[in-house]
Amino acid sequence: MNPVHKKIPVLIHNGKPVCESLIIVQYIDEVWHDKNPLLPSDPYQRAQARFWADFVDKKVYDCGRRIWATKGEEKEAAKKEFIGIMKKLEGELGNKPYFGGEDFGYVDVALIPFYCWFHAYENFGNFKTETECPKLVEWAKRCMQRESVSKSLADPHKVYEFIVSLKKKLGNE
Amino acid sequence: MLDHEYSPPANRVIIALKEKGVAFVSKQEDLPNKKSSLLLEMNPVHKQIPVLIHNGKPICESLIIVEYIDEVWNDKSPLLPTDPHDRAHSKFWADYIDKKIYTSARPVLTTKGETQAAAMKELISSLKILDAELGDKPYFGGKTFGITDIALVPLYSRFYTLEKFGNLKMNEECPKLVAWGERCLERESVSTTLHNQYETYDFMLEIWKKLVVE
Repeated sequence: MNPVHKKIPVLIHNGKPVCESLIIVQYIDEVWHDKNPLLPSDPYQRAQARFWADFVDKKVYDCGRRIWATKGEEKEAAKKEFIGIMKKLEGELGNKPYFGGEDFGYVDVALIPFYCWFHAYENFGNFKTETECPKLVEWAKRCMQRESVSKSLADPHKVYEFIVSLKKKLGNE
Repeated sequence: MLDHEYSPPANRVIIALKEKGVAFVSKQEDLPNKKSSLLLEMNPVHKQIPVLIHNGKPICESLIIVEYIDEVWNDKSPLLPTDPHDRAHSKFWADYIDKKIYTSARPVLTTKGETQAAAMKELISSLKILDAELGDKPYFGGKTFGITDIALVPLYSRFYTLEKFGNLKMNEECPKLVAWGERCLERESVSTTLHNQYETYDFMLEIWKKLVVE
């Protein structure tokens, strides 16, 4: 189903595959367009939403990975960069309940899965996201009140354990 | 439009605007020397071109801008299909081009020796995948020129450069892409935006010399 990248996620709908998570989310939004729109209807707002989801895609995972996969100066640099990324996102959120405004939307969907990784990043990097970006953590907790989110995200402690065992496998202690 | 004549992402936006017949003003940035204060103001996050400024508001990231253009000027020349699965398919390949093609093209055009050779190998293998994906279709989207074609076509003007740098023949490596490139050049939006192969080679060689020889 994904011969090109050989990666998950793959959505198989009517027997046909759709790949790349944000492309899949946009597809879902278009096919099931009758409720809970994830993208705004105004083209400029849509472009802004795509921009910030793309920012999350490009920056968060890679930087977070460097926090747990490196040590010494590299780790410190990754931690600083990660906090910088979170602060930028917090700035973009502002005083809105969600990145989408009043309603949970595309950027919220793009970013919230990383919330269950924060505990691991914080342990490895020795920092607290709540201290650095309190509004962002508030936002994350608000999202966790949604069943769609709380039932989808892994337990942060399990994520931490997963990374510990991954590091062992990679010979990276 | 904050622009640079030799920047592939910027070329994409210009091609899209021309396909739609939109009147625009191009402001060439003096890259890599200096970023204008307007650029820094309009794209504070990435500080990069292209930036489209429409009704005073900035839109950044070339493929996001192309989708925006398609949505705003939706009366002619659609750049994306209407069917959701076909749209996802077009976006998937445009994303592939962004992630694989330009990221391996960069070290080919800016390094030497083993690093360059390894990058060239990767680039050619990715181009072969695109060659197969195109198949016998006139364009990636089928009969109509669209976002995937727009994503890739600026690289076509670098094919001669790749041949010289890699000592290979693109006609042998990915013949369908070569035919596709020529077909795209028949479109005014493309031929009036992209520099020809030789001008591009001269430009890329200059850059390569500065980066590698110094």
